[in-house]
Amino acid sequence: MTALATDAAPAVAPPDTERWLRRLRGPSPERDRAVAELHALLLRAAHHELSRRSASLRHIAWGERDDLALQAADDALVAVLAKLDTFRGASRFTTWAYKFALLEAGVKARRRAWQGREIPLAGEDWPALADPGPSAHDAAEAGELLRALRAAVDSELTDHQREVFVALALHEVPIDVLAERRGTTRGALYKTLHDARRRLRAALADHDLGAAS
Amino acid sequence: MNDPQRELIARLLGPEGPEVTCEECFERLDEYVDAELEGHDPERAIPGMAAHLTGCPACREDHESLRELVRAERS
Repeated sequence: MTALATDAAPAVAPPDTERWLRRLRGPSPERDRAVAELHALLLRAAHHELSRRSASLRHIAWGERDDLALQAADDALVAVLAKLDTFRGASRFTTWAYKFALLEAGVKARRRAWQGREIPLAGEDWPALADPGPSAHDAAEAGELLRALRAAVDSELTDHQREVFVALALHEVPIDVLAERRGTTRGALYKTLHDARRRLRAALADHDLGAAS
Repeated sequence: MNDPQRELIARLLGPEGPEVTCEECFERLDEYVDAELEGHDPERAIPGMAAHLTGCPACREDHESLRELVRAERS
């Protein structure tokens, strides 16, 4: 993974950004009004995120969705106010604030959708290549690569890497769900997945991976 | 290989090049989205971001959602 570049913040912030910062850093009652407006903004963002996920939340009552959105907005507001002094002005303030609400709502929605579901950690169920492709050669090529990949998963990865790879990459378990069950973070799990993928690519060096680059 | 087979292999093996971490992605997601919507090249400002968004579905969803929300707000 790369080091984070540190570009300087823009010299002049957009007017709405300056106004938000001035009000949120200023005295009450103006600050209180700004905080209330910010909460409303974050709640709208949380509802936006949950509406994008309506398919995975279809079994959840509307009242509970509203509660999820409110919890997400509350948690995002706490995060935004706590990190206000770290805002570099590299984006508009509202874009910066929205991301906290989207993260909170997305994580809560993923976890709620997987509540009570078992996470597959073993790799028995590899996808079958139902469509053989335009030619027998294509089917053979893909099949051989998948067989080699499956063998590399068994032989090259640690137990932890294998479980994370199988859950996240093979079975597409949401990373935040696995992180919650394992008591870890999205970043830590993705680092494990990244290392596993690097080992697998090295093990498959003799194969044509052009399609996966 | 056909497209579904390519997509499956790509999903399993992830991006090949250097990429930012999930923490770095979240840290600069707002900057990346604003740069995209203002017509700049966001990958030039934040190398490795696009690769990470390819390899990490959760960060990719966060990115798509933020871009959609901000774009709708400005339209």
